[in-house]
Amino acid sequence: MTLRELRPGQKGKVTAIGTTGPMKRRIMDMGVTPGVEVRVIKTAPLGDPIEVNVRGYELSLRKEEAAQVCIEVS
Amino acid sequence: MSITIALAGNPNCGKTTLFNEITGSKQHVGNWPGVTVEKKDGVCRGDKEVIIMDLPGTYSLSPYSAEEIIARDYIVKEKPDAVINIVDGTSIERNLYLTIQIMETRIPMVVAMNMMDEVEERGDEIDCAKMSGLLGVPVVPIVARTGKGLKELMETAIAAAKEHKKPELPRIFDKELADAISAVADVLGGADSDENNWKAIKLAENDDLIEAGISEDKKRSVEELVKAVNKIAGGDAEAKIADSRYQYIAKLVKECVKKSGKGHVETKSDKLDKILTNRILALPIFAGIMYILFACTFSENFLFIPELPSPGVWLAGIVEEVWALAADGVIGAVEGMGASEWAMGLVSSCLDGVGAVFGFLPLVLVLFLLMSFLEDSGYMARVAFVMDRIFRHFGLSGRSFIPMLMGFGCSVPALMASRTLESDKDRKITMMITPFMSCGAKLPIYAMFAATLFADSNQTMVIFSIYMLGIIVAVLGALILNRFAFRSETSNFIMELPQYRIPTLKSVLIHAWEKVKGFAVKAGTVIFASTVLIWFLSNFNFSGMCDMEESLLAAIGNGIKWIFAPLGFADWRASVGVVTGWIAKENIVATFGQLFGNVSEETVEAIMAGEEALPAIGEVFNQVSAYSYMAFNLLCMPCFAAVGAMKREYGSWKWTLRAVGFQMVTAYVVALLINVVGSMLF
Repeated sequence: MTLRELRPGQKGKVTAIGTTGPMKRRIMDMGVTPGVEVRVIKTAPLGDPIEVNVRGYELSLRKEEAAQVCIEVS
Repeated sequence: MSITIALAGNPNCGKTTLFNEITGSKQHVGNWPGVTVEKKDGVCRGDKEVIIMDLPGTYSLSPYSAEEIIARDYIVKEKPDAVINIVDGTSIERNLYLTIQIMETRIPMVVAMNMMDEVEERGDEIDCAKMSGLLGVPVVPIVARTGKGLKELMETAIAAAKEHKKPELPRIFDKELADAISAVADVLGGADSDENNWKAIKLAENDDLIEAGISEDKKRSVEELVKAVNKIAGGDAEAKIADSRYQYIAKLVKECVKKSGKGHVETKSDKLDKILTNRILALPIFAGIMYILFACTFSENFLFIPELPSPGVWLAGIVEEVWALAADGVIGAVEGMGASEWAMGLVSSCLDGVGAVFGFLPLVLVLFLLMSFLEDSGYMARVAFVMDRIFRHFGLSGRSFIPMLMGFGCSVPALMASRTLESDKDRKITMMITPFMSCGAKLPIYAMFAATLFADSNQTMVIFSIYMLGIIVAVLGALILNRFAFRSETSNFIMELPQYRIPTLKSVLIHAWEKVKGFAVKAGTVIFASTVLIWFLSNFNFSGMCDMEESLLAAIGNGIKWIFAPLGFADWRASVGVVTGWIAKENIVATFGQLFGNVSEETVEAIMAGEEALPAIGEVFNQVSAYSYMAFNLLCMPCFAAVGAMKREYGSWKWTLRAVGFQMVTAYVVALLINVVGSMLF
């Protein structure tokens, strides 16, 4: 399962980052690393991007980027 | 001897506020070379020997954005005497990630734990003394907005700089991985050098920029050793290192931060965000805020009340009147001294040049008072969040909307507003296409042609279609630039949505003032010099002063008119119009008034308002070539004031000339298409 499929309000634990290169690095730099818990807050009014809470702050990312974050629902 | 202290921190961590508090108004603002990233430095209040360098806000020292490369190059190559790393205590884990990376460079540093008031408000506690002990770096609690703790912070930082107290390399890796990384450092020239150690970590992280800097003879062995590092890290050292940093941070935070235990509490910011990015309300609210931004700056019927000027227009009017009085005084004085006609002309053209600069200042001021409020409050990040879905298709950011919208008023503040965009690439592209939005000064040109050549057609549609043309060309231009000129640069939308905060009056005022000053100084010279040059060309020939018909400019117009033949207007007067339009686009109407029949000033004003026609231009233009001429002037190089603003924002002539070149080629191609296709159809 990926972060893209989580609904607002749902939580999950990151298991892996699927992509490589700058995007992967950026995702990890922002604190989305294996083992961390993320909670989806909402979807933007036009359906994309999404807003999640991770490590105590709010992060936004596009759905295609969220699809690279593998999640295990807790 | 003076000391240089660099400020580093995440975006939105209060770095600008801290910089303003430390330096007061003694700031110097410019650009880092080659990029559209702002460079600021200033002198510490109370200690002139201390220079503060504000580094761009970054989340990391990766090599993927202009900001990150600047920040790390400055720390590693310029080696400031100390770094103050500002950490937002309310999102401490992510902020400490940068702290660890700065520690890896082993530059003397101090952590400024900011937003301590908000931390307390949430009922959390951060034990700065304990964290300082564990990190091996001084940690000073501060509240940058109120100035609390700043004295102690500066004393600590100056002491760290003077004693040259280097932090230890944080022990974030297990022994095996650490050994493998120091093996890489050995090959680079020895693990006793801080730079080699830092480079070794970066090489393990797949850092292309560092890799490119390795000498040929070492490349081979470095590659082998990096492979070994990757093997130890389970195949992916880059991920392992980021993960190790965060694990170290998580442990540190567990030791030093006491959470209130209330779990997730809904803050005021969260409540506000529920409204501002609400599924149904977000777009109307956004439209409303954009309307206010535009109307306050440009509207002549503010709040829909006829004839009521907006703050921007009102201020501009005052400046214009005061300037006119001053200019009259100067001209009168010069006349009294018995100056010759050409000297008088020179004086009045110089005054015009300076007046042109002054005239834009109120617009820049008002727009940036509002813009910095939106920026500092945290709403700007939501603009990108709300609009991203639409703008990504054109390869732009949602925030490009603001410069493009302002472009309909005036390109000068619009171009300066591009600073709010997230990436260097987005800023560069947005500045190239913003002048395609038809600004207020271009409307009189359309009005003249519509009244003269489209008298029997639907004039509103003719003018409206020109505006639409500008938008369409801007969108296509963005797509083309993204596809061909900026291909290698990827964009992403992985960004923080900061807490909403009420900005301090001081930081809003300083920001707006910087913009006004920057425009007046940096753009002013360009505007002034070019205004005087064009005045000279249009009033002189080789035998002295003359009418425009016999001037050097007319000769130039005759010399270059063949260029415009394929566009449908191979006439010297049309060419001269293009050139005088660069001083200010509405000048085209005055120039035409003079060259096509020498009409009075009142008539020129009536023509500008579309109330009167200028039949003589029918000798040169038909409907198709008139449309082509309008399109050409819409899209070609904007006025010198806008070029000056571009120069100020790009920070380099190279990029300014590239942008102008792009605009010229676009204008030519579009006008050519209009003339060719139009001539076939009509």
